[in-house]
Amino acid sequence: MPDTATIVEESTSAETEGERHFTINFGPQHPAAHGVLRLVLELDGEVVERVDPHIGLLHRGTEKLIEYKTYLQAIPYFDRLDYVAPMNQEHAFCLAAEKLLGIEVPRRAQHIRVLWCEIGRILSHLLNVTTQAMDVGALTPPLWGFEEREKLMVFYERVSGSRMHAAYFRVGGVHQDMTPQLIDDIDAWCDSFPKVLDDLETLITDNRIFKQRNVDIGVVSQEQAFAWGFSGVMVRGSGVAWDLRKSQPYETYPEYDFDIPIGKNGDCYDRYLCRMEEMRQSVSIMKQAIEKLRAEGPGPVMTTDGKVAPPRRSEMKRSMEALIHHFKLYTEGFHVPEGEVYAHVEAPKGEFGVYLVSQGLNKPYRCKIRAPGYSHLQAMDWLCKGHLLADVSAILGSLDIVFGEIDR
Amino acid sequence: MTEEELKDLGEHIAGAIENDVRGWKVAFNELTIEVNAARIVSVLKFLREDVLCRFIELIDITAVDWPERAKRFDVVYHLLSLHNNSRIRVKAQIGEDETMPTAIEVHPCANWFEREVFDMYGIVFSGHPDMRRILTDYGFEGFPLRKDFPLTGHLEVRYDDQEKRVVYEPVSLVQDFRNFDYLSPWEGAKYVLPGDEKAKS
Repeated sequence: MPDTATIVEESTSAETEGERHFTINFGPQHPAAHGVLRLVLELDGEVVERVDPHIGLLHRGTEKLIEYKTYLQAIPYFDRLDYVAPMNQEHAFCLAAEKLLGIEVPRRAQHIRVLWCEIGRILSHLLNVTTQAMDVGALTPPLWGFEEREKLMVFYERVSGSRMHAAYFRVGGVHQDMTPQLIDDIDAWCDSFPKVLDDLETLITDNRIFKQRNVDIGVVSQEQAFAWGFSGVMVRGSGVAWDLRKSQPYETYPEYDFDIPIGKNGDCYDRYLCRMEEMRQSVSIMKQAIEKLRAEGPGPVMTTDGKVAPPRRSEMKRSMEALIHHFKLYTEGFHVPEGEVYAHVEAPKGEFGVYLVSQGLNKPYRCKIRAPGYSHLQAMDWLCKGHLLADVSAILGSLDIVFGEIDR
Repeated sequence: MTEEELKDLGEHIAGAIENDVRGWKVAFNELTIEVNAARIVSVLKFLREDVLCRFIELIDITAVDWPERAKRFDVVYHLLSLHNNSRIRVKAQIGEDETMPTAIEVHPCANWFEREVFDMYGIVFSGHPDMRRILTDYGFEGFPLRKDFPLTGHLEVRYDDQEKRVVYEPVSLVQDFRNFDYLSPWEGAKYVLPGDEKAKS
């Protein structure tokens, strides 16, 4: 039983003797709640009868704020949604704005985006897989996994200046080109990482306790997955080969060779296996991206449309025109044509979408963020029904919940 | 899907449920249909069951506020078809005092999406079993994503050391929130410019 859970109410009157109905508050400060989730659990003894998730404790009004910010100023808000894979979120917003503007991203920038999206995927899956192991009692996996996350965050820092909230993807490309040294270092990391995954697998995959806690727990059938709006690993774990990188590809993903792992039973254990395999596939995609970056050589990483992309610093020293553009782009920002679009990416947690309504101004009229975790968490009620209290944290762990994106 | 296929699909839908569809268009390679708000449930049902549609997954429900319009809100549904690998957007207009039928019977996941729309815009979904607020604070008042709700909100919270609890107070800003509009006076700006009030008299 969770140690910080508090028993709120216990019916012990004479008539109800023999009944063991409890209402338990799980969180918002419980370590297994993966953030600030408050679950009101109604239990019959140790069996869960009803789950009522109370969310919104991390609500920051991101969508409202974006309506008052220029498109460039809106990008950092996306880092703070799913803060374990920041660049994947920025990506969706950039794709939406680019769709409205109708601009083409240079090839080198597209490869760089693919590379960093896969790094984001590994960041997210490493956190999820290892903390899920911690939720069911294993302490070593997070220590091993977080060491690798740390290395990846150093790469983030080297490319953008910030370990997490990168704001590296910009509308029209990426902010700066990667240095050759950084590409070499990421390449070297890709060679060493599969060994860490192997080690992690020896700890978790065949672990009897881990299997006991996860196999046949939180089973999702295909029909349920569709009816409840699941995406990402939550549908793939149930045996549906659906990945937006393959089915509705964006950037240069069609040129990459990778497989989509799918599960058989749709339980927590299958979802764990999917995530492990996805990390291996991501490493392979990163390797291919590095190869392409080296083969295709240097080139622009930002669109050459001067009304969207700011001029280079060196140009501003000589050109009056460039100076004016720089000033206008960083105060007023660029205007985006009227219209509405929905752009989606395969974020580590599922389909992350941005619905953007523009009125032709320099600020979005409406920016709705579709977070995958929102519909996953909604399913907690029927997923947990009939399971034991201890399974709640295992199911929660396998849903891959991050509150930044759910509460927005 | 290509632009042509989307147009065919739009024509097919508009032909099959012509009484419910008010219009459709393909823009930015995305299909949007506008329907009557009262008929949304049967439209979603049709889109789910029809062989050419099979939009079995509800991706999102949201709303857009247009305060100057008679029917103030657009309720927007995003649907995904895994069979045909296509997407569609369904829009319905409703006014401030109208209700929207709930889509839970067609797509169970509409539950939380509708709660969020209610929380943010105050649009009530009739037949919804659990129309509580979801994202905002316990006891919150107002509908934050409406255009007439101020960005700063009405209340701020702080921990009061004397009372030993969190207290709610009206927002006080040291500096007013500054919202510049960048409309060029030569094009776009529809209001009278400062200092230009007497230009036309």
